[in-house]
Amino acid sequence: METGWLLPDLSDPTSGEFWRGCARGELLVQACAACGTWRMPPRPMCPRCRSTGVRWEASSGHGRIWSFIVPHPPLLPAFGAVAPYNAIVVALDEAPTIRFVGNLVVAADGEINEIDPSTITIGEPVRVVFHQIEDVTLPRWVRA
Amino acid sequence: MARRSSTGLIRNKTAVAGIGQTAFGKGLADTELSLACQAVSSALDDAGIDASEVDGVASYTMEPNREVDVARSVGLGDITWFSQVGFGGGAGCAVVGQAAMAVATGQCSVAVAWRARKRADPTSRPWAQAQARLTDSSQWTRPFGVIRPVDEIALLTRRYMHEYGGTRDHLANIALAFRKHAARNPASTMGHKPLTRDDYMSARWISEPLCLFDNCLETDGALAVVVVSAERARDLKQPPVYIHAFAQGLPPQHQTMTNYFNDDPLRGPAWTAARVMWEMADMTPADVKVAQLYDAFSPLIILSLEGYGFCARGEGGPFTDDGNIEWPNGRLPVNTSGGGMSEAYVHGFNLILEGARQIRGKSTAQVEGADVSLVTSGEGVPTSAILFTKDG
Repeated sequence: METGWLLPDLSDPTSGEFWRGCARGELLVQACAACGTWRMPPRPMCPRCRSTGVRWEASSGHGRIWSFIVPHPPLLPAFGAVAPYNAIVVALDEAPTIRFVGNLVVAADGEINEIDPSTITIGEPVRVVFHQIEDVTLPRWVRA
Repeated sequence: MARRSSTGLIRNKTAVAGIGQTAFGKGLADTELSLACQAVSSALDDAGIDASEVDGVASYTMEPNREVDVARSVGLGDITWFSQVGFGGGAGCAVVGQAAMAVATGQCSVAVAWRARKRADPTSRPWAQAQARLTDSSQWTRPFGVIRPVDEIALLTRRYMHEYGGTRDHLANIALAFRKHAARNPASTMGHKPLTRDDYMSARWISEPLCLFDNCLETDGALAVVVVSAERARDLKQPPVYIHAFAQGLPPQHQTMTNYFNDDPLRGPAWTAARVMWEMADMTPADVKVAQLYDAFSPLIILSLEGYGFCARGEGGPFTDDGNIEWPNGRLPVNTSGGGMSEAYVHGFNLILEGARQIRGKSTAQVEGADVSLVTSGEGVPTSAILFTKDG
């Protein structure tokens, strides 16, 4: 049970929809309503066509590890308690420049320190899972 | 891309005429405001300019001391130009460069720029003050334990190692070189502690693949510079350190510190600043005799060597081999005072003073014939860089 975790503000007007998607078990990507270009992290205007129209589209939830780290203390207490743990960046299979920071876990409700970091490799395939902390659902990743 | 209608409008029009700094340390008794005032005062004395003549001030947005408070303590004059620059350690060369622009355009005639901070107390670290609910870009990283600047840069470092074959030995080359330089510098806080490759390789991890010695120090202290016109500088106490070229850089689709979300995350702000700086200059990287490169973390040196054109992409690691970045015989001695990793970490402002000392011939690791001296600010954040020259 994670306490004192750093979590997003679900009422944020620009990104709230992403987090609501996670709560429904969907990994959403922000898309331009005018030209369809995907962009993440979300922002209020399409950098390609400058439309402010937004729609949210479901991604495959499949990707590959683009990079990873293993943080050690000193850390905030909630994270120090599970350190060393892994943090990863995942590039989506269908759009490799759409990337998400996350954690590699053995199962959706596993801890972020359960994978032996020496076994993690850049390029390995992963699949999204979802894990709830307080009222927030975070995307995490398992080996695909 | 927009073409510049002319280049180098401020080239050699201004100079650093005075430099000043306080002691560096942990738990200094003086307040941040007192430290800032002492550094500014010392820089004015070094230049031989009275405080009442100062009519321009520049600082970082992260600077805790407001212009009004510094001005009325030090006794500055009628201030007609003041400005702050954002993005933490990316601001250093920009505050000096913007002061040069203000002097060159006549908005002011004597500008001071400074940085003061008391950072050695662990509770003062920005990441430790994170709020529980995140609304800014940190919501995409911190819920996953990417919390500290070192975690953010470690993710880019691992990717760099994967793409280009960079190694921990390259990072150790950097940490060891800067510690050697610090050993010659009595003002440095770490010069008394030798560092070996074994020490580096056996050090505790902070965020793998980065260990303790890949990180900058946490230091209390303050530094300041005085910028005046080149003409005025030639009549003052110190030899002029000409501001030959200056540029800032914020590339397309950049996200500060956590730049994982665009086409080419390893091509950072250094490339943007470098492109414009070299357009402004009448020289090339081969003319640079000594460089002070922003070193909050050792991998930033590798990215900066590439970004500012000292080597091709992917060659920044091997560039550090064979003592290439070490004084006195290296191809490009880097961070000759010890830098942020071994002298003091005052948000890169100590690099600016060392760059100026090299032109004056007053470094404790003086590069012979140092007539062109590069200083850069934070890579991984919107950044800035300055070329100092001896000849105006």
